[in-house]
Amino acid sequence: MRRGDVAIRCVGLRKVYPGKPPVEAVRGVDLEVGEGECFGVLGPNGAGKTTTIEILEGLLEPTSGDVEVLGMRWGQRAGAIREQIGISLQETKFSDKLTVRETLTLFRSFYRTGLRPDEAIARVALEDKADAWIKNLSGGQKQRLAVAAALIGDPALLFLDEPTTGLDPHSRRQLAEIIRECRRHGRTTLLTTHYMEEAERLCDRVAIVDHGRVIALGTPRELIARLGGEHVVEFSVESAEAMREPAESWRRLPSVTGCRFEDGGIRLSVVEPHVVLPALLDWLRQRGWRLASLVTRHASLDDVFVNLTGRPMEKHP
Amino acid sequence: MTRRGLRDHPLVNLTLARMREFLREPEAVFWVYVFPLILVVALGVAFRNRPVEAVRVVVREGAAAESVAAALNRSPRFQAAVCDESEGRRRLRAGRADVMVAALSGATPRYEYAFDPTRAESVLARNAVDDFLQREAGRRDAVEAADLPLDEPGARYIDFLVPGLLGMGLMGWGLWGVGFAIVYMRIRNLLKRYLATPMKRIHFLGAIILSRLLFTATEVLLVLVFARLFFGVASLGSYLAVALLILLGALEFAGIGLLVASRAQTIETVSGLMNLVMLPMWIASGIFFSTERFPETVQPVLAVLPLNPLIHALRSVMLEGTSLWSLGSDVALVAAWGGVCFLLGLRWFRWN
Repeated sequence: MRRGDVAIRCVGLRKVYPGKPPVEAVRGVDLEVGEGECFGVLGPNGAGKTTTIEILEGLLEPTSGDVEVLGMRWGQRAGAIREQIGISLQETKFSDKLTVRETLTLFRSFYRTGLRPDEAIARVALEDKADAWIKNLSGGQKQRLAVAAALIGDPALLFLDEPTTGLDPHSRRQLAEIIRECRRHGRTTLLTTHYMEEAERLCDRVAIVDHGRVIALGTPRELIARLGGEHVVEFSVESAEAMREPAESWRRLPSVTGCRFEDGGIRLSVVEPHVVLPALLDWLRQRGWRLASLVTRHASLDDVFVNLTGRPMEKHP
Repeated sequence: MTRRGLRDHPLVNLTLARMREFLREPEAVFWVYVFPLILVVALGVAFRNRPVEAVRVVVREGAAAESVAAALNRSPRFQAAVCDESEGRRRLRAGRADVMVAALSGATPRYEYAFDPTRAESVLARNAVDDFLQREAGRRDAVEAADLPLDEPGARYIDFLVPGLLGMGLMGWGLWGVGFAIVYMRIRNLLKRYLATPMKRIHFLGAIILSRLLFTATEVLLVLVFARLFFGVASLGSYLAVALLILLGALEFAGIGLLVASRAQTIETVSGLMNLVMLPMWIASGIFFSTERFPETVQPVLAVLPLNPLIHALRSVMLEGTSLWSLGSDVALVAAWGGVCFLLGLRWFRWN
């Protein structure tokens, strides 16, 4: 841990939903989130992100495992924890016919200390909608209101479950800015998302979860570095013969650390693109194969996920 | 920490939020406020006290038919017409005549009545026609009898109806206002969102019940004032007793509403459950007519339904001026229903 104390610690977290057959949503998750950190839990839909975060929020009982939030346990000091955390659920529909300010005034009344409703409104830039009924807000505005309701108690720890899912790019950028602002204020934030590039930009550290387990943990940079190459070269060749070439021959190209076939194309993990590109082009020319497309880019957490699971994350729910 | 006034109290804020939500829903306002008044007017007018209509008599064709019909028609109480037997029976079956009389001639004249013994009007008509014809034939009453018609307030159908409607209103308002509101918040994840705050659960439930009581007070007042102004309905007993009974009834059905809503996950479930609770009581709780019309064997069951003791107590106070003290068993029953349902509802309550 880099900064100060631990804000969230969970060990051996498991959650089994009874049923026929029982569903193991979370199968042994260990996490530690440091104070002041922005921590992302990433993964595809159904990976167990929401179940995990709701256990940490005290809304679900774990089947087994140990949870400590801000140094306290849910079973012992639930009231004290709730005073100090702010939550935005994956999906909350606030009362349609209350205004933004009325809703925040209501939520403010639950906390001993906190922001003034107008301060919270300003934090999420909803000033011009302060007196509008909630049913008249757009999806992005509703989501910002949800974040404002999470901030109203001036929490030390913020939980945001899929704060940007289903929003347009503009609203997503706005929310990302709000989250960054929270981090600047030294608030610990735990968010879940299935937008990998968003996590890369926002989070100090991420845990990638799949099928109820953490399959990778670290800073986005570390995880990408673990791929062996921070760059990706993706190309496709007009000749079908090229696709039959074994991965081994592509890997022999200079600076290439990995090779994967997908969607009729070839993807190389690369350390230095300027080294591999001339070699690649020469090699293709010698065999008389013509390029159909070629893209080079920085490796992302998406690539990390593909590398770990052998399948891409679905982009949209 | 800033000083916090009443305006910042969660109970006040939750109550305000409930009231705002309700008042901003025009349809809800209509059904809660306007509909009961329409019901009072409609039923008050439909069952207004008017003199019993003339008895409709069919006189079967025959030698004396015309003279019998003429005699009956001389009295304002009868409306007689002559027709053949098959037409007469048809009218009886269709309810367009109450009784058919045949004057049979012979050594001694004889009247024969055809009527429906299961229809009160038909039985009354038979007796009234017979009585009239016997007097025409010369019968004298053995004892003198005088009629004292009742029409002072307190003895009319509308006086009977208003306490029944109040009871029905308390049941509907409580179940819908509490049960529906809770389930609506649950399916929207709002209950779970509240649970994630330091909000005290007792404040949440308190606010739902408090806002309901405030609305119920205005609703009841509207019905009572309306019934007073337009139908002259007044309470013989003390209005304080009426108010206490209404408060108790509102709490009773708030408790039942909480129980009904404690686990329901969808609007359909809670609507079904509420209808299941209310339907038997619409029929069997004496809202529109006295429960004494049901067979003796089911009376003990009817007596313990949640709405029956409430309506019985309201009627006793309003129509007979009974004091609350002598209605102890009704009051205890209502309180028990409310208390038990509230506790069970609280125990089984599901926040997410």
